[in-house]
Amino acid sequence: MLRDHYIFSNGRLKRKDNTLYFFDEEENKKSLPVHQTDNLYVFGEIDLNSSLLNLLSQHDVHLHVFNYYGFYAGTFCPRNKKVSGFTVVQQSAHYLDLEKRLYMAKAFLQSAVHHMLRNIRRYKEKTEQYVQVIEEEAKKMDSATTVQELMGIEGRIRQHYYQSFNAILKQDFIFEKRTKQPPQDPLNALISFGNSLCYTAVLSEIYKTQLDPTISFLHEPSTKRFSLCLDLAEIFKPLIVDVVIISCINNRIITQKHFDFLDGMVLLNEEGKKRFIKEWDEKLSTTVQHRKLKRKVSYRYFIRLECYKLIKHFIGDEPYKPLKAWW
Amino acid sequence: MVSGVQMQYYKVCKRKLWLFSKGIAMEDEHERVIEGKILHERAYPRLEDREILVDDAFKLDALDGEYIREVKLSSKMSEADRFQMLYYLYELKKRGVQKKGLISYTKERKTEEIELTEKDEVAIEKAIKEIYAIVHSASPPKLKKLPYCTKCAYYEFCFALEGDD
Ligand code: SF4
Repeated sequence: MLRDHYIFSNGRLKRKDNTLYFFDEEENKKSLPVHQTDNLYVFGEIDLNSSLLNLLSQHDVHLHVFNYYGFYAGTFCPRNKKVSGFTVVQQSAHYLDLEKRLYMAKAFLQSAVHHMLRNIRRYKEKTEQYVQVIEEEAKKMDSATTVQELMGIEGRIRQHYYQSFNAILKQDFIFEKRTKQPPQDPLNALISFGNSLCYTAVLSEIYKTQLDPTISFLHEPSTKRFSLCLDLAEIFKPLIVDVVIISCINNRIITQKHFDFLDGMVLLNEEGKKRFIKEWDEKLSTTVQHRKLKRKVSYRYFIRLECYKLIKHFIGDEPYKPLKAWW
Repeated sequence: MVSGVQMQYYKVCKRKLWLFSKGIAMEDEHERVIEGKILHERAYPRLEDREILVDDAFKLDALDGEYIREVKLSSKMSEADRFQMLYYLYELKKRGVQKKGLISYTKERKTEEIELTEKDEVAIEKAIKEIYAIVHSASPPKLKKLPYCTKCAYYEFCFALEGDD
């Protein structure tokens, strides 16, 4: 079983023969099982060299780097070995044709809205008014004729959705408006942190397939980001991130004391990050019986299956139907 | 030119042949794949002629006197394995080299001898034509569940489908 590993301390990542070691500042040595590692998340400040990167490359390990504030900085992706020119050409064709592009963009959002509503319906008495407004907005998606229009609808839905958190959350976490760079309150800090974990999880699954992460449909293909990850993350943010956030707050796993407040910027502190990641990791490895595969599938693997479904759509095998959690 | 693997997949599943030929390859996560690689290295520790590449297109496991050899884990796919071997014999014959084939199945500890007949040659030629036709089609052959599916590396890919709500 492949796993993810998280490094919070400062120190040095080192290859010795074919083993991966982490030395912390006190020179304590810890070996990491490179054979069983899928992703390495680095939150501390570490030194490394190219021989280490070669080792990661051999074992197909992705290294995700976060800066001092816990913002995602970038990923070291081993050379992608599985290219399929045919698939990339077909994927592009679905971007270039507006009809086809809209089909994809709508599919991602339908799934996102399905998962948002699924979350807040659990608190029916408290969220009824929000459910109604969101459903009304969602109806407009069908008739949207441009991607910008869709994005506008999505923005409004998300605003109502996060507002409803005020009714759901048991602690004093107020949502006023979404603030990203930088997050200005604890809830926004959690959302930002969770979303960047989601982005990297999607990226690492996309890399195991023949999809091109730069060709996207809902988000404009951009040079700064792997925008297909953003598209797919729409599906998984409400399904995984938001559920973890709500449970962290309502079960008092994370409280106000897990945040740092610095010059108008609010961030999860180290203990806060650790607690969040623990819940996040558990959620990702939780399994559900898959209706067609007749096997148990983890939340993480659902991301991969979504990639497979995209490929199937692009190559004219099976029209894409986005995931809508049924359990 | 058609490769040995393509010839084998042609017999196993035409969809698999199409997917593989378009570069839609699956992860090596599957133990079976790894097992197969190790097997290959262990089977011929001393044979110098291990892996012979014919015309840059197909690899023969080994050349051994009047025989070419292949090792397989089990005889589960014996029809496809046999066909692949016949294809190698056919291609060699076209190049003026007459050989016979031996396939060893390690799990069952048995070896099968294979000779290319005229009838086989006709079948191989037909297969080659069909392989080209399949590979050149714009989308993969429709999914049909085969007994082999649950053990296939493409299983998750093929059955990544949404159920009805
Ligand atoms: S899973 Fe079944 S249908 Fe799909 S490629 Fe494998 S054998 Fe063919």
